[in-house]
Amino acid sequence: MSEALKFFRNAFGYFSKPENKKNKISGKDDPKVFNLAQRNPDIKISNLNIYINGNHILKNVSTTIPDKKITCIIGPSGCGKTTLLKSINRLLDNTQGVKINGTVIVDGENIYDSKTEITHVRTKLGLLSQRPTPLPMSIYDNIAFGVKLHSKTKKRELNAIVEKQLKAAGLWEEVKNRLHTPAAALSIGQQQRLCLARGLAIQPQFILGDEATSALDPISSKHIEKLFMELREQYGIILVTHTLRQALRIADHVVFMYLGEVIEEGPAEQLFNHPKHELTKQYLSGEFS
Amino acid sequence: MKAKFIQEKFFNLLMLLSTCIVVAFLGSILWTIIKYGIPSLSWEMVSSLPAGGFYLGGEGGVLNAIVGSLYIVGASTILGLLISIPIVFYTNIYLKKNSKIAYFVRLCFDVLYGIPSIVYGAFGFAIMIAMGLRTSLLGGIIVITLLIIPIMVRSMDEVASQISKDLLDATFSLGATRWETIKVVLYQIAPGIATATLLSIGRAIGDAAGVMFTAGFTDSIPTSLGQPAATLPLSIFFQLSSPSPEVRDRAYASALLLTLIVLVLSLAGRMIMRYFSKNKI
Repeated sequence: MSEALKFFRNAFGYFSKPENKKNKISGKDDPKVFNLAQRNPDIKISNLNIYINGNHILKNVSTTIPDKKITCIIGPSGCGKTTLLKSINRLLDNTQGVKINGTVIVDGENIYDSKTEITHVRTKLGLLSQRPTPLPMSIYDNIAFGVKLHSKTKKRELNAIVEKQLKAAGLWEEVKNRLHTPAAALSIGQQQRLCLARGLAIQPQFILGDEATSALDPISSKHIEKLFMELREQYGIILVTHTLRQALRIADHVVFMYLGEVIEEGPAEQLFNHPKHELTKQYLSGEFS
Repeated sequence: MKAKFIQEKFFNLLMLLSTCIVVAFLGSILWTIIKYGIPSLSWEMVSSLPAGGFYLGGEGGVLNAIVGSLYIVGASTILGLLISIPIVFYTNIYLKKNSKIAYFVRLCFDVLYGIPSIVYGAFGFAIMIAMGLRTSLLGGIIVITLLIIPIMVRSMDEVASQISKDLLDATFSLGATRWETIKVVLYQIAPGIATATLLSIGRAIGDAAGVMFTAGFTDSIPTSLGQPAATLPLSIFFQLSSPSPEVRDRAYASALLLTLIVLVLSLAGRMIMRYFSKNKI
């Protein structure tokens, strides 16, 4: 019997996890366990090496991503921007043949430590992917889903959260009369804002955007950019972007990557106006992209 | 006319012809069972049990077989779904893409899919003999469940493997465990579940070989899982083997009933699943 239980535990990893997660999550709100004020809110990445099927994708990456600023990760295609972004909330865990070493400190905790419980770390990092990925449910449930995963929220509170976050994402006016209709029926720009609202609803510290505007039309794209500018007062925002112009418009801090390495990083003004490295100069002048 | 236009016309015609053959084939099957079945179809046929000498032209109907078939199909479809959904969930969500275990599982189901139902029947029969069991409704349900699991898994797996990694990543990034993604996955594979269920119902209700040795046959309606149960395909078989032409016509009426049941179940299944898949991305 115990063998059978063990098998199911291993097979589904379910019975032990929620408890574990619950403890950690409640810890997040408990000042005795975590004192957020004493912590460095920045994300600190040190000596991060990532191999996928033997290919060295990220090479000894070390960088610091400031809180409450927009950080743009720029660089040519295939330089490891997205891999770096996904390593911050450990989404690479589900990739076949991945090997990771190094440390990524989020909210004072090394997320690659074997003791770290990952679902709790991920709640600190909202994700916005390249193409909008609404969940296959109603607009309301899209936002409520994440909230309900972590706490037993009453219907009234849930309604308030949904309204607040849809307003924060600038979507409330457009959808307030059809909250219970399928999210799939929204336009692609609206879907992306819904995904943003969904991410905000779990109260993250950072928002990760993986070319979050590249699949959108220019107007929707501008809308999202404007939202990012507003949101940076409350959240740290990390954007992987392929469009140098976008980085020029919105970045406070820039990380330039080339072939899996961080070549140069620094405040946007400094990096764009006075790049130190030859590769950065070439990239900014459009010699390669 | 240019050669490429002739080519276009030719293949157009060829496709039309293939489609027509299939439709005509279905039409002729339906025509046959309707033509021979309708005259023998009566309320008595649907609502009463076979009386003595039914298979030699006596009074009665095939209620025993209708109820037996519905019992077996209903129970095995539910059991099949309960077993198949976790398998699909495990191979697609828990295991990584290109996982060797998932490959092996899929290979197993491909093999199981190809095994004829008489083999399942014989296997069930052997197990029942070894356990000292007699032919029973339970035996029939178990064998039919085993028969339809590969169909269910294969058709759901087809849809589940199309779930985008981005969608799963989005769910994980909200702090969901793999288990907690099940709601998202279920909504997304709802059309696959519908197809799986419909295919399985069709296969389960029409199967004679699997239930022949396991569920057996009886002229009464089973009142417990331990009693033997009649099924429509076997009832049709027995009626068709009768020397009396009148009974052979009744076989067509039974076939018509079987087709109607499949039709009703399919439409109901489609409607239910359309409701559940309205949110699909």
